[in-house]
Amino acid sequence: MSRFNKGQKEMPELNTSSLPDLIFSVLFFFMMVTSMRDATLMVKFERPSGTQLEKLARKSCTSFIYIGKPLDPQQYGNGTKIQINDKIAEANEVYDFVMDDRNKLAEIDKPFYTVSIKADQNSPMGTITDVKQMLRKGYALKIVYSATKPRD
Amino acid sequence: MGKKRKMPGLNTSSTADISFMLLIFFLVTTSMDTDQGLARTLPKPPEEDELNNEIKVKERNILNIRINKDDMLMIGDDYVDIRDVKPRAKEFIANPENRSNLPELKPKQIKLLGTRMVTENHVISVQTDRGTSYGIYFQVQDQLVAAYNELRDELAKQEFGYKYQFLTKEEQEAIREVYPQKISEAEPKQYGKGQ
Repeated sequence: MSRFNKGQKEMPELNTSSLPDLIFSVLFFFMMVTSMRDATLMVKFERPSGTQLEKLARKSCTSFIYIGKPLDPQQYGNGTKIQINDKIAEANEVYDFVMDDRNKLAEIDKPFYTVSIKADQNSPMGTITDVKQMLRKGYALKIVYSATKPRD
Repeated sequence: MGKKRKMPGLNTSSTADISFMLLIFFLVTTSMDTDQGLARTLPKPPEEDELNNEIKVKERNILNIRINKDDMLMIGDDYVDIRDVKPRAKEFIANPENRSNLPELKPKQIKLLGTRMVTENHVISVQTDRGTSYGIYFQVQDQLVAAYNELRDELAKQEFGYKYQFLTKEEQEAIREVYPQKISEAEPKQYGKGQ
């Protein structure tokens, strides 16, 4: 048995050559789950809070409509505005927007197409109703009223 | 040109650092929290010939919730507080005492539960003015969903011993048939101005 005890009393150094690979795999995971905010917000909104919220099922099949007061009142005025993609739009442009966005989806995903309305809690229902009527016209019937959990 | 030089190994000890930096960048920019909200299905757009003949619903089957431009709430003919919405809605949906001013109970054959008396034809309609704030509208919607969820939870506990969310798919479907969620997205009206 003396054969096994020969020499090498020192601690062998830890092999770190696979460390980069490990970290790369974690990196790739985060790269995949990351979705960078693709629209710069031009309206500010404070979403209402609710207790019965559900999670959004498929983020990739979802379009967002932002409704609130413009961040730049000098350019857009003080009223409640609708933001679609990267610009302030009128309610009737919602129709084209949902048509375009839904056509970008694969055929199999189209039934799951959802529009998430992120609206400020002080915005008047008139604007929301206009948007909703346009969504109905465009047969984008699944909507989500985006909200936050109550903070307490 | 004599000896062959041995190629020195590339020093990769800093690869880890570089990928760490990238990793931290993506960690910071990632927003894992998915969007949350109340899901709703809008009705199909009205066909032209449908516009005039509205579907007739018996008056006892409708719970009218109206919100005026000052965010005041009315259920039926009474002014109410937002806190009253849930109990009123629960009473309306279930109609446990079979009162004549609440929705009619009809027997319905339901899988797993047998024949039940169900207020199948009830509709909750929320009407708003153009000036109503979105916040109060959302609160009302939230309270209505809460009413349904509480009723479903109560029935689920009573029948299966667990809360609704822990039931199997078939059991959940049976519960949903007893308490189908019927919140109507009413056609917009200019409302609450004159009176």
